[in-house]
Amino acid sequence: MLRLGIPSKGRLMEKTVDWFAARGIRLLRTGTDRDYTATAEGAKGLDPVLLPAAEIPRDLATGRIHLGVTGSDLVREKVPLWDRRLRVMAGLGFGAADLVIAVPQAWVDCETLDDLDAVAAAFRRRHGFRLRIATKYHRLTRDFLQTHGIADYQLVDSQGATEGTIRAETAEAIADITSTGETLRANGLKPLADGLIHASQATLYRASAAPWGEAEKTALRHLESRLGL
Amino acid sequence: MIDNTARAAARDETRRLTAHFTAAGATPVETAILQPADTLLDLYGEDIRARAYVTADPLRGELMLRPDFTVPVAQMHMATGAGEARYTYAGEVFRRQETDEARPNEFLQVGFEIFDAPAPAAADAEVFATIAAALAGLGLRAATGDIGILVAAVQGLRTTDLRKAALIRHIWRPRRFRALLDRFGGRLPVPPHRRALLAAADPQALAGPDIGLRSRAEVAERIANLRADATAPPVSAEEIALIDALLSLRETLPHVLSELHDIAVDLAAIRPAVRRLADRAEALATRGIDTDRLEFEGSFGRTTLEYYDGFVFGFHAADRPDLPPVASGGRYDALTRALGPGRAVPAVGGIIRPELVALLHGAA
Repeated sequence: MLRLGIPSKGRLMEKTVDWFAARGIRLLRTGTDRDYTATAEGAKGLDPVLLPAAEIPRDLATGRIHLGVTGSDLVREKVPLWDRRLRVMAGLGFGAADLVIAVPQAWVDCETLDDLDAVAAAFRRRHGFRLRIATKYHRLTRDFLQTHGIADYQLVDSQGATEGTIRAETAEAIADITSTGETLRANGLKPLADGLIHASQATLYRASAAPWGEAEKTALRHLESRLGL
Repeated sequence: MIDNTARAAARDETRRLTAHFTAAGATPVETAILQPADTLLDLYGEDIRARAYVTADPLRGELMLRPDFTVPVAQMHMATGAGEARYTYAGEVFRRQETDEARPNEFLQVGFEIFDAPAPAAADAEVFATIAAALAGLGLRAATGDIGILVAAVQGLRTTDLRKAALIRHIWRPRRFRALLDRFGGRLPVPPHRRALLAAADPQALAGPDIGLRSRAEVAERIANLRADATAPPVSAEEIALIDALLSLRETLPHVLSELHDIAVDLAAIRPAVRRLADRAEALATRGIDTDRLEFEGSFGRTTLEYYDGFVFGFHAADRPDLPPVASGGRYDALTRALGPGRAVPAVGGIIRPELVALLHGAA
């Protein structure tokens, strides 16, 4: 059976179900609401598995599932060498969100990474510690800042309400997901003009590490033709 | 899984190298494998997290598996305040590999470090020659460089102290260094947001709410600095051409010295650094190094050996470009300055990777 990991709740689950339904594949939850099992109608040999979206990247990396739908931000954050271990089958066109670096609007002198770097140097001289950037996307943010040669900053972990960390003075800047920028503005923040780390969307991935027998290969070909891929 | 035969060969090599450095006058020292993370983070910045394993202790806080010996050995020396000293050490270092599974994440290093020696040129030459002697017969190629010449060139630019400080801060990040040099040289147009900021009578009038630790006064201070910078003349094209000439040097040492003497005619600030290089060349020759054939690269050590601020060197197997350098080292006075508040100690040293030596011996 071709195991397909899909998000187990929320809008991401609904939109995923809609996306497959629009292509003639009905993903149906079996049993009760608390029961994470499902079946697929309209695709031979397809075995949908409901999983928390945040766990799907790891299950793809280890090959516990053959296919999976999750945000491309989560895959890039959680799967080292993701582009060698996973294949993008399709961007699903929903769940769009940008991972951006944002700073207080009061920093009228800081619009670009170049500015942020200079601000970080002065901040460290003044306050005696490195400028703090709150995020839950440690790897993506660090890689991005390293590529752009930014120094004198530190990442502090924030697993929720990241926009509030600056007001709470536990960070000076943030790297967080935003879709419209509304939450940033409401919290007195603005994104840096060149601070887009990753433009994320819900994506269907194929896992290289999964056991690919004849049955799974056949089911995949069938699914691809149904999806028009 | 560990290859026991290869491991035994590397252990033998480690013992041989330790004996070699001990015979050269070094005292064997040990360091802890678990190192406090904050010291390493303050020195190397957040980038070190991509290269070192981070772990935590309930009482001691964040710790790192030793990514190198230099920092703990320098700390040990500075804590004991021991005057002139030579040390050797041997053991595993640990490096996270996020992009290449083929590279080892733990390997052995045997090192040799000299602290507080009265004559820097002689100490540089002693470290290089002692390591070269330990590698004799392997047919390795040596490359050398000198970050001190670049630092001196930047300090000698006819421009503001703020610009010089910004350039020196990014000496080890070539891409940002280049971007800064282009901007200070007026090669990049002033971005519109910056022009608008500088043109505004009161740029902070419409600023958003004051939140966070960075105060309104700090923002005002930077705007004042940017205004002053906008009126400063650009770094001249001639000076930028001289920096480019320094960075693209790639010749044997005697040729480089003669080119540097030419550059120093227009860039007088590098003269003391060039004199140090000439002294070092002489000291190396005294120690029996064939300096006529020793290679020098103006950019050597700018990307991989972050804390080195003077002499830098590496030894590599020319016919094995897949292997990392077998040995590397340099002068790191700046590191001791960062470690000990108000107390810098001249320091130079290097490491050899015994696994690579054993591998090359086996192949020979």
